[in-house]
Amino acid sequence: MSIRDRVFSIIAEQAMLEVSDVKGESTLESLGIDSLGLVESIFAIEEEFDLTIPFNANAPDDSDFDISNVDTIVAGIERLIALKS
Amino acid sequence: MEAMREGQCGIGPLEFRDVERLSIQIGGQVKGFEAEGIFNRQQMTLYDRFTQFTLCAAQEAVAQSGLEFTGSLSVRSGVVLGTAGGGVSTWDDNYRSVYEDGKNRVHPFVVPKLMNNAACSHVSMQHNLKGPSFTVSTACASSNHAMSQAFLMIRTGMADVMITGGSESMLCFGGVKAWEGLRVMSKDACRPFSANRNGMVQGEGAGIFVFEDMEHAKARGAEILCEVAGFAMSSDAADIVMPSKQGAARAISGALSDAGIDRSEVGYINAHGTGTAANDKTECAAVADVFGPHADDLMISSTKSMHGHLIGGTGAVELLACIMAVRDGIIAPTIGYEEADPECALDVVPNVARETSVDVALSNAFAFGGLNAVLALRRFN
Repeated sequence: MSIRDRVFSIIAEQAMLEVSDVKGESTLESLGIDSLGLVESIFAIEEEFDLTIPFNANAPDDSDFDISNVDTIVAGIERLIALKS
Repeated sequence: MEAMREGQCGIGPLEFRDVERLSIQIGGQVKGFEAEGIFNRQQMTLYDRFTQFTLCAAQEAVAQSGLEFTGSLSVRSGVVLGTAGGGVSTWDDNYRSVYEDGKNRVHPFVVPKLMNNAACSHVSMQHNLKGPSFTVSTACASSNHAMSQAFLMIRTGMADVMITGGSESMLCFGGVKAWEGLRVMSKDACRPFSANRNGMVQGEGAGIFVFEDMEHAKARGAEILCEVAGFAMSSDAADIVMPSKQGAARAISGALSDAGIDRSEVGYINAHGTGTAANDKTECAAVADVFGPHADDLMISSTKSMHGHLIGGTGAVELLACIMAVRDGIIAPTIGYEEADPECALDVVPNVARETSVDVALSNAFAFGGLNAVLALRRFN
């Protein structure tokens, strides 16, 4: 599975939706993921890819990780994986 | 209550990871409780076992009460619960994960899952209870202190209905290992008041009650199980683990005077009765002091012989025996009683339940740290 597919599947599970309901331009809010769900999603992504995501729930906009929509999350993860290797 | 009436023993071999590394391997573990079938995945990530027990018991209690918490009743109703350890197995699992397994990341809900007030908050959310709500933690007296606070809130007019009681679930490797350290645990059975007693046995579970203003309950034609007549609390101010006869006696006599009950009216005491050498003789001496000659006429039993010591939840589960005494006239026995102890020379209702009529029952709880709380229940006619 590609990184993108794996992220989509984590977000779909968190939102209790089918993967096909998750679009690149979907915001987490539009998928019904609240702040607690966001923190849990980030945890699940960190576990899946063995990464540490620089995200502070107090100041999501100032974090060095863009969670504006699913596409930006995927891009952020791809960047972190590239940095790691 | 049926199991208490039948004198059934719920203590058996413990089943959990690493139990073979414990020197104490028995307990009153709740068996056959399938949380996955009751709660969804999201709930399971937030509910420690002590919260799961609490929510199930609260659901039953609220359903039995017939109350629905909406509008002004919702604002005039709250939750006060007792627990000593809160989410002990959540602590245990996650310490294991970071220390033993070397993981550097834990689930984000570890804190909201393990906090002592988690159960209270989830009961409040599930039943829409918006009044005064908090958790009390006074070791083995947590539930009795909690129920005392709930009672006080209704008596002082702060609330009309309070959901109260307590829960505990520390039957996991770290939870039992900690208790082992004190060397007060029995390896084979809990035999309160018996001369050959050799310590306490831990249990787990929850007991939840609906306390309601008497007039409020009568006005809606509620099924009233009994009346909470009074309570008292005291502190030994003496020792962090050893019980004190004076502290216990002050709590017992204080509950009687608070409730306006003459000592001759008391027919049954649910003892703290832990099955340790120190507690049982001290408790019997305190009862003898308070009641004088009447101590020989009343019955005193320890149901911990059946369900084990639920620590912060114990007073709540034991209140069931008091309700059974005043409502049904059935006295739960002290099972596992084998040899009379001259230092516990009271009628401890050995091994078999008894049928008789009881007007007033007391529930004793004397915690580590010397914090005592006693509740008095009266039969409702």
